[in-house]
Amino acid sequence: MSIALESAAQQEAAVPRSRFWGKLLRNRSAAIGLTLVGLFLLLAIVGPSLVPWDPIATSWTTVRKPPSAAHWFGTDELGRDVLARVLSGARASLTAGVISVSIAVAIGGPLGVAAGYFGGWTDTIISRCTEALLACPFLILAIALGSVLGASLTNAMIAIGIAAAPIFIRLTRGQTLSVKTEDFVEGARAIGLPHRWIIARYIIPNIFAPILVQATLIVAQAIIAEASLSFLGLGQQPPAPSWGAMLSTGKNFVQQGQWWMSVFPGVAIFFTVLGFNLLGDGLRDALDPRES
Amino acid sequence: MISFIARRIVIAIPTIVLVSIFVFALQKMLPGDPILVLAGEERDPIVIEALREKYRLNDPLPVQYFAWAWQALHGNLGISLRTNAPVLDLILEKLPVTLQLAAMAMSFALLIGIPAGVMAAVKKGTAWDYLATGLALWGLSIPNFFLGIMLIFLVSVQLNWLPASGYVSLGESVSQNLRTMIMPAFVLGNALAASMMRHTRSAMLGVLKQDYVRTARAKGLLEPRVILKHALRNALVPVVTVGTLLFGELLAGAVLTEQIFTIPGFGKLIVDAVFNRDYAVVQGVVLCTALGYIALNLLADVLYVVLNPRLRAR
Repeated sequence: MSIALESAAQQEAAVPRSRFWGKLLRNRSAAIGLTLVGLFLLLAIVGPSLVPWDPIATSWTTVRKPPSAAHWFGTDELGRDVLARVLSGARASLTAGVISVSIAVAIGGPLGVAAGYFGGWTDTIISRCTEALLACPFLILAIALGSVLGASLTNAMIAIGIAAAPIFIRLTRGQTLSVKTEDFVEGARAIGLPHRWIIARYIIPNIFAPILVQATLIVAQAIIAEASLSFLGLGQQPPAPSWGAMLSTGKNFVQQGQWWMSVFPGVAIFFTVLGFNLLGDGLRDALDPRES
Repeated sequence: MISFIARRIVIAIPTIVLVSIFVFALQKMLPGDPILVLAGEERDPIVIEALREKYRLNDPLPVQYFAWAWQALHGNLGISLRTNAPVLDLILEKLPVTLQLAAMAMSFALLIGIPAGVMAAVKKGTAWDYLATGLALWGLSIPNFFLGIMLIFLVSVQLNWLPASGYVSLGESVSQNLRTMIMPAFVLGNALAASMMRHTRSAMLGVLKQDYVRTARAKGLLEPRVILKHALRNALVPVVTVGTLLFGELLAGAVLTEQIFTIPGFGKLIVDAVFNRDYAVVQGVVLCTALGYIALNLLADVLYVVLNPRLRAR
């Protein structure tokens, strides 16, 4: 009997899931966003091997050459192929975006659930600290943390992750508070299930959707933040390519009319961020139960 | 009203204390021993010990924190290692530049964002709505440093209309100052305009469904009057609050904008400080931004109540 019940429960769960994908793909912004994100993911994985140039190999014969048949995106101040660097930079940017948001969710999620679920002193302490951290603009906090940790891509990801964590603490806390009062949680408590079990089985599945939406939108912010830190020299260190650092050097040559060194990495950041923004907006609409 | 403001200020105090603890902890987390730098090359143990006593580094951490906080409360944020100037003086010198930039960016954001938001809501589902919504998405996705570089290329290099850098202070020449600030202000205000447009649009959409808008139309008021006087005035309440909060984001955005247009403001101060390992300045800037942000939050709460008569009565 229990097997029959379980399979019935699975079927029930399966319906909303397929409806979710249907809704997501019918949502125009989500579909465009998913395509853009997928495209950049693909470029990050296979892109560098499609280009015959090494992203860090310098060449004194091809310094700052405009786009040509050999170098589609031109070459930079050390004669490196800009296309190869943009493709390798995609790896750095996407990794940084996804990992830093994972760090933020890993820190913020448990703290937010704890604050919302247990309330009382736990909540007071966590919420006050969150407010204090939110009192500092995200990028300033990331720059300050980055300067303490030292300049590297890993440290930039950690700094962005810590700086973004309060956003997730606040969100999961609020969501947990609203789910906590639902009848099924009350019921679970009434039959004496342990807190661990209630949180894992009843709270987390019900707060997952808004966190996923927020995480997608914050990946966009994190990619900009990583590019900003790299632009300032606090992220990816040379000669490894990153879009932010490429823009930072490109900036010096734009005044001489050499636009290709900054346009291509900038456009790459723009479309990646746009993709995550569209996907986040689309996910929000697809997961919103009020929208039909 | 006064009791409400007083209550909000009291609630803000623990946040300020926590922020100051974080900023203090930031200093303690730093790699390297600052005393070894000060002690010079000989590293005489007696000198080191004397310096440790002088800077109270032998005291327990809470004692050190209170000593530091006491000084900070009196406006002493330490001395810049690089320039030997008091940190507070440096901040006060750079802050007006950034405030001017932020105020100009805010004006751009309001002038573009609010009319665009109203138009998108009134003409919902038309090409105008899609245009405005699309532009907002563009504004939110383009990093301001990239937009800045592109504008320098187009406006300064190709068209030669505005200078790419070379900040001139307001005191020296107002027209020159505006010529150097208008492009950075646009770049900085761009994302904010997008945000403002989205908030105005959704607030207007909510308000346009209200009974009093229907009443205003039913009694035969002209559409512009209905939109501007009855709908917009109510829709602006949340927009003002959000705008106040976003002003804090401008300070963060200014870091990169100032870097690109080489404007000697608050943002450039923190970046230079980070690279010179001038931690007292970094600490001071973080503390000041956080305090400014808390003040803006307070202002946003107060404005929300002031603008909302239903809340004012309570």
